Amino acid sequence: MANIRVDNLDLWYGSFQALKRVNAVFGEKRITAVIGPSGCGKSTLLRVFNRMNDLVEGVRTTGSVFVDAEDILVPHTNLVRLRKKIGMVFQRPNPFPLSIYENIVFGERIHSRRISRDTLDDIVEASLKSVLLWEELKDKRHMPALRLSLEQKQRLCIARLLAVKPDILLMDEPCSALDPQATAKIEELMRELKNNYTIIIVTHSMQQAARISDETGFMLLGELIEFDKTENIFTRPKDRRTEDYITGRYG
Amino acid sequence: MERYFDEELKGLHKDILAMAIMAQEAIFKSIEALKNRDAQQAKEILDYDDKIDQLELDIDEKCIDLIARHQPMAGDLRFITTGMKINAELERIADLAVDIAERVLELADKPILKPLIDIPKLSTVAQNMIHEAIDAFVKKDVELAKKVVLSDREADNLRNLVQDELINDYMSKDPSTASRAVPLLLIARHLERICDHTTNIAEDVIYMVEGKVVRHHPEELES
Repeated sequence: MANIRVDNLDLWYGSFQALKRVNAVFGEKRITAVIGPSGCGKSTLLRVFNRMNDLVEGVRTTGSVFVDAEDILVPHTNLVRLRKKIGMVFQRPNPFPLSIYENIVFGERIHSRRISRDTLDDIVEASLKSVLLWEELKDKRHMPALRLSLEQKQRLCIARLLAVKPDILLMDEPCSALDPQATAKIEELMRELKNNYTIIIVTHSMQQAARISDETGFMLLGELIEFDKTENIFTRPKDRRTEDYITGRYG
Repeated sequence: MERYFDEELKGLHKDILAMAIMAQEAIFKSIEALKNRDAQQAKEILDYDDKIDQLELDIDEKCIDLIARHQPMAGDLRFITTGMKINAELERIADLAVDIAERVLELADKPILKPLIDIPKLSTVAQNMIHEAIDAFVKKDVELAKKVVLSDREADNLRNLVQDELINDYMSKDPSTASRAVPLLLIARHLERICDHTTNIAEDVIYMVEGKVVRHHPEELES
């Protein structure tokens, strides 16, 4: 299990500073929501945690991000190990054009060369059970994943992450492609997963942040303006800018 | 940025203010009726209460509608939820004005028991408190709201004085005075309850403005 501590984090894309002096602690086995207008740096922050920004040319960071006691921003960080420990769910579910079964065991096949069929079967069952898909799909495990509904695909993508036993789940707008009913189901799942995982979710939906998170951070123009218990952020924010954003006065 | 929602919130603010003015008027009239032993004025208060009840229902409905349609957050949420609570307190205050009016009707055809001294003082405290509580709501004035909360002690003390006098100096000595003393005792009680509801309004104003809960912790106001 793990928490994330961000110390004086700055990030530049070339000459543009996307994150400015960010300091925060993302609690273990809690859901933390990050909200803010488009371009405020919330997705950038999320992508720092599994070093996804490394793929962007000209990116530069200063400061530290500790996952447990380890600073993950140092150059020699083992990125394969890091991304196994910290998984990411994206806006649109992106299953591989493989069977449901193969989607789930994909990571395990990469990480472990010699692995028995029985072990893989167990992983598939446990992962599908964790995302509450087992009953629905236990007899359809070899069906192409692309035939699933959007919500099932998103659950499958979460199951695929869980199969490699991460500690932290990063979710970047995981419900933005889903209808309200499917959104409610994913949120239910998040509440279940919170018992075993640290979850950080970036969302444009303030209602979603208010419904599911324990803590909420509000970002604006690369700064983390306010970070507090969710009930405080949505009933009595301390900063005028937070108040203006969540009451729709920002703009 | 001005929002369409702001217009609706202004409308709610106006309605709560109208409710406050009506409740204040009901108290004023009931106290006047008591001073003048005026049965006609007392009856008018009973009729006036129907209008206040209707406005209470309208405000409640408006608040629920705003919550359902706008899912307000932060200051907006605090304004609407405290608006609902203040609305309920004002309705109870108006009911107590009716209770006072009923006591006035009971006393109207009876000889005066004693010249009233502490009850007029208590009614002045109640009227000042409600006036200041409404002012605090309109101006979002936390200091004034705190002053209202702290005034409640004075109301309690005056109620106790009235109670002690009526029981010890009248009813204990001459039980036949009870039919005139009990309505006065109840009037003091009604006025003191008006002050309690007004205190709640002032506490709601503090929450609305600062998000700080001071209910049941008056010591926090003095620190």
